[in-house]
Amino acid sequence: MATASTPIPFQALIEAHAGAVAAFLRGMLPADDVDDALQETLLAALRGYPRFDGANPRAWLLTIARRKAIDEHRAQSRRPGSLDEPDALPAGRGGDGERDGELWGRVASLPPKQRAAIVLRFALDLRYREVGAALDCSEAAARRSVHEGVRSLRAALEPMTATSQEERR
Amino acid sequence: MSTETDIHDAARAATAGELDLEALSAAVGERAADEGILDLAYARMDSPLGELLAVSTPDGLVHLGYPNRPLDAQLEGLAQRISPRIVESPRRLDEVRSELDEYFEGRRRRFDLALDWQLTGGFVRAVLERTASIPFGETRTYGEVAAAAGSPRAFRAAGSALGANPIPIVVPCHRVLRSGGALGGYGGGLDAKRELLELEGVM
Repeated sequence: MATASTPIPFQALIEAHAGAVAAFLRGMLPADDVDDALQETLLAALRGYPRFDGANPRAWLLTIARRKAIDEHRAQSRRPGSLDEPDALPAGRGGDGERDGELWGRVASLPPKQRAAIVLRFALDLRYREVGAALDCSEAAARRSVHEGVRSLRAALEPMTATSQEERR
Repeated sequence: MSTETDIHDAARAATAGELDLEALSAAVGERAADEGILDLAYARMDSPLGELLAVSTPDGLVHLGYPNRPLDAQLEGLAQRISPRIVESPRRLDEVRSELDEYFEGRRRRFDLALDWQLTGGFVRAVLERTASIPFGETRTYGEVAAAAGSPRAFRAAGSALGANPIPIVVPCHRVLRSGGALGGYGGGLDAKRELLELEGVM
């Protein structure tokens, strides 16, 4: 277990957790922005590493990644022409079907915190406690964000499901 | 079908992807070095003695490690003794790699690398600095090195100082032998010592 007295080489953090951070950012940003946000996240982490207390490095990195994703969203909404087009487009990437893509398009239009909670819970399979740690909120609040997100998706999904069942008939 | 299962599938599909960790580390390492926040850069290097771990600070080469110690343990030691801001960043060690390659190919007899001596001090430092000036293809005894460092009778201490050499090969502690010509000890293992002395035409 990491503590301040046994510092872990930063490279070991990259090797252990960059995959999770990349998956999180893919869930939060358009594909073209992921690589840069990933590098920015790791640079910011390296900058702050001497002050990091060593507890739960994955949640710490994800917290930084979430801030980078928010910065990126803000930057995009300031760019002319991109307003109201919340990067619908991690959608369909690699997915096995339109249905995944369509559903993921809905995830992209959730409020940022719910979206982040959904990505952490379902793409990274984190426990609620760690979702909370990454979102800087309590376990209970993390659970609420995930549930609210799921509820909106379910509401949005029902017509979709009905349609595809129509089509199958 | 439950919504949660659907979300799981969609989340997995949308976030799956390849990640090239070496390229990522290298890119982060370069940017961090430019910004002045990379304390240690390292590279793994192939050599006739196995994979070497070369580590530098902004001041120079600070550690060269043999494969007989696990890489993780070496990095953890450096994180403890110098700084945990350490990233695999091979381009920062291009000069070290090319000088070592030339040495192993017999095209280089002395190194012109900047060295960072911060892992040494006192008598160890004195012994290693004397050792650094032993020319290619020549040898000294432990006693001679101890004497050159100012303590002629401290040949045992000289031996352990050489054993603590953080930058072997470049600081050629393999050129120090017992007075009868026996190999003595070597941090990288006696086979490595023998091989280096053969390369230099001593054995």
